[in-house]
Amino acid sequence: MEKIVKNEARRDFLKVSGTVAGGLALGFYLPQSRQAQAADGGSPNAWVRIGGDNSVTIMCARSEMGQDVYTSMPMLVAEELEVDLNRVNVEFAPPAEVYINSLLGGQLTGGSTAVRDGWEKLRKAGASARMMLVAAAADNWGVDASQCTVSDGVISGPGGKKATYGSVAAKAAGMEVPKEVPLKPASQFKYVGNVKQKRLDTAAKVRGTAGFGVDTRIPGMKYAAVAMAPMMGGKLISYNDSRAKNFPGVHAVVQYSRGVAVVADDWWTAKKAVATLDPRWDGGPNANLDMTGLWAGIEEASNKPGAVFRESGDANQGLANAAKMITATYRLPFQSHSPMEPQNSVADVRADKAVIITPTQFQQLIPHVVAGATGLTPEQVEVQTTFLGGGFGRRVEVDYAIDAAEISKAAGVPVKMVWSREDDMTHDSYRPAGMYKFTAGVDAKGKLQALKFHSTSPSISSRLFPSIVKDGIDPFAVEGIDNFPYMADAGMSFSYQMHDTGVQVGYWRGVSHNLNAVALEAFIDELAVNAGVDPIQYRIDMLDMGSTKHQWSGLSAGVPVGARMKRVLEETKKITKFGKKMPAGKGQGVAVMEGYNSVVAIVAEVTVSSTYDVSLDKVTAVVDGGTLVHPDQALAQIQSCINMGQGVALYSEITVKNGIVEQNNFDGYRVARMNETPEIDVHFIKSDSVPGGLGEPATAVVQPAIANAIFAACGKRVRTLPMTPEHIAAA
Amino acid sequence: MKVTFKVNGKSETVDVAADTPLLWVLRDTLGMTGTKFGCGKALCGACTVHLSGNAVRSCQVQIGSLNGADVTTIEGLGGNHKVQRAWEALDVPQCGYCQPGQMMSASALLASNKNPSDSDINAAMSGNICRCGTYPRIRAAIKAAAKMS
Ligand code: FES
Ligand code: FES
Repeated sequence: MEKIVKNEARRDFLKVSGTVAGGLALGFYLPQSRQAQAADGGSPNAWVRIGGDNSVTIMCARSEMGQDVYTSMPMLVAEELEVDLNRVNVEFAPPAEVYINSLLGGQLTGGSTAVRDGWEKLRKAGASARMMLVAAAADNWGVDASQCTVSDGVISGPGGKKATYGSVAAKAAGMEVPKEVPLKPASQFKYVGNVKQKRLDTAAKVRGTAGFGVDTRIPGMKYAAVAMAPMMGGKLISYNDSRAKNFPGVHAVVQYSRGVAVVADDWWTAKKAVATLDPRWDGGPNANLDMTGLWAGIEEASNKPGAVFRESGDANQGLANAAKMITATYRLPFQSHSPMEPQNSVADVRADKAVIITPTQFQQLIPHVVAGATGLTPEQVEVQTTFLGGGFGRRVEVDYAIDAAEISKAAGVPVKMVWSREDDMTHDSYRPAGMYKFTAGVDAKGKLQALKFHSTSPSISSRLFPSIVKDGIDPFAVEGIDNFPYMADAGMSFSYQMHDTGVQVGYWRGVSHNLNAVALEAFIDELAVNAGVDPIQYRIDMLDMGSTKHQWSGLSAGVPVGARMKRVLEETKKITKFGKKMPAGKGQGVAVMEGYNSVVAIVAEVTVSSTYDVSLDKVTAVVDGGTLVHPDQALAQIQSCINMGQGVALYSEITVKNGIVEQNNFDGYRVARMNETPEIDVHFIKSDSVPGGLGEPATAVVQPAIANAIFAACGKRVRTLPMTPEHIAAA
Repeated sequence: MKVTFKVNGKSETVDVAADTPLLWVLRDTLGMTGTKFGCGKALCGACTVHLSGNAVRSCQVQIGSLNGADVTTIEGLGGNHKVQRAWEALDVPQCGYCQPGQMMSASALLASNKNPSDSDINAAMSGNICRCGTYPRIRAAIKAAAKMS
């Protein structure tokens, strides 16, 4: 039967998330089940649960999406708790106030903050739990806690007394929480910095037993496949469920805010039935959107003055006085997250309770949005976080959890909603596209005197966290350049013009470092070439050794980075023999950036063919990431970032036609593969400073390094990414 | 349609539509979720299993063609297969989602080629996407596994 759809306003999670950003209106709670578990054995605090059988469970309050929080965060607790890290159980934490990421203000995994936020907090949690366990044993024995020692979960007291953690855990939970919690010096670390430490999740991941969201099965569960509006902002007008309903194995066809879902005994049946629905869509406000119009809109917006986010001296005067002006405009495209696990969620929505089991980076938001979508209260919504098959920022969005909850409610059964790759790639919140304009004034020797920078791009935060956007400046839109590390003595001016293109944008690994720093470090290479100076030396010579700090983007330490950059660049020059003679068609390019309180320099070596096909031959990274908590996985993150940066630098982009995303699978959206993987050589600077974030920065840095290497190899300055043969030829 | 085939040495009989891809029979009908869904179009390799010892994309194999077939999945690799040992020794997985498919491709490669060169590895493995970029470790792990008995 043909169903004509009345469009109900979708309950808008953005409004709810706005309150999250303001830190208001959030109730926090420990779900019942956790409280019940806590009773068995004891929980000295929210991070540690010790069983009567001496089992130790450490809560992991960030989402494991490959970046190793499942090991590195429990490691910080175990280091001070004095238990064998390799024997602890790790459990993903439910939403609760204690698990809030203080660098982000929410229980949220992103911004390369997990280890930085946890560095002191988690070691103190471990130490505090240990002190309470010792105090409980000492109290039992009638001795002073200072007379006791601890090794691997066993407390020893005077006269050969021994007590396991398990035997005193229940009592410890009632001991006073220590106020002073001294931490071990780095010289006594057993796990932190240990190059031999393995990941705790590898054994499950090589056996296929790690539970990703898409692997969840609960009793009575059915499978849901969906049809969503292909055009961004489109709405369902009608559909025909007469065939779908009669498919053997189909349980229900239900309408929900974003479209229609078929609920069936297995996903393939649901998917086949979806294909018969013949949905009609109202294209909505973006029905005519295409790239020509979209770029014209960006271009036009770029002529507006924007909001100045950093300035010094008099840039205009400096430009007027300069011996030479150099201008350049960079255009960077939309990109999709496309984690290997398509978006999915299990939802069991009942009259008085909902359970959501999902791969999410933002578990704290889910009770609120699911409550909004189902009429329950946030306290009635239990959220369980699974392993994430990649995240890259995509799973900061909670859209798919809402969808699954609506479908479960409408169908009256627990469902596992799974998106096809096509659903996923065409319903992403994309990395913004943008235009990046530079005007530099240099002296007769080519030295930078004055600089104007003007970016035009959509703002992510104005949708997700509007309260942090002030005076036309989204802190996440000026990252990677508000910490401009160089000097321009006459003056500098940096401005940002917010411009909505109609394409929904989201946080993508490295966020605007991926835009601003990519354009900036390619432009700096243009200046170095103009000056005829080695690009590493050119950078070193103009580093600001004093005052460089972030003006807006708050996820770095905000301390001067000139000295760290100099060290990293000097090391890079040595290691890569930068400037060595390269055979014809080959080139080296360099770039450097501070982000997330890590400094990363990368040298890329490429071969460019006569038809402008690029082979990325070698990538050398020199990284000052402060203290490396889990060195082998710090290395893994740099390798990972290089791979992702390679893909967006050379191969992929998201484009739109008639409001529809044109790439819908890995044929149209090309990502880097094994045969394209360069030799990767990573060097870490020895440091005992606080850890920097390593999950993102290299993603940005590798891109201008590649652009600069392409210039060195073939003389083409590519300012429109990705650097496909067509774009190189046109440069 | 009723189909009887072997999965990891055990005989299974399923009754599903003949055009159902093996991937969904494994995951939804048999509840063996080690084999992953990534693209449904033979573009990513996440769903790779062995059919009579050869690596195939299970999203492209219809169950109707599998009567009497012999299928091995990640669960059937046994946990102690040299590929799994090498993967563990090098901590290859990051998010881990692509890795069952990677290991099924790698184990098929090693079964037919005791000592694969870099270009053999490229040829056998470039159909398997890893969005986490674990390729350098996959390459190293294949070489390490080749040296194991
Ligand atoms: S799911 Fe089969 S190749 Fe991608
Ligand atoms: S390990 Fe994450 S996709 Fe390969």
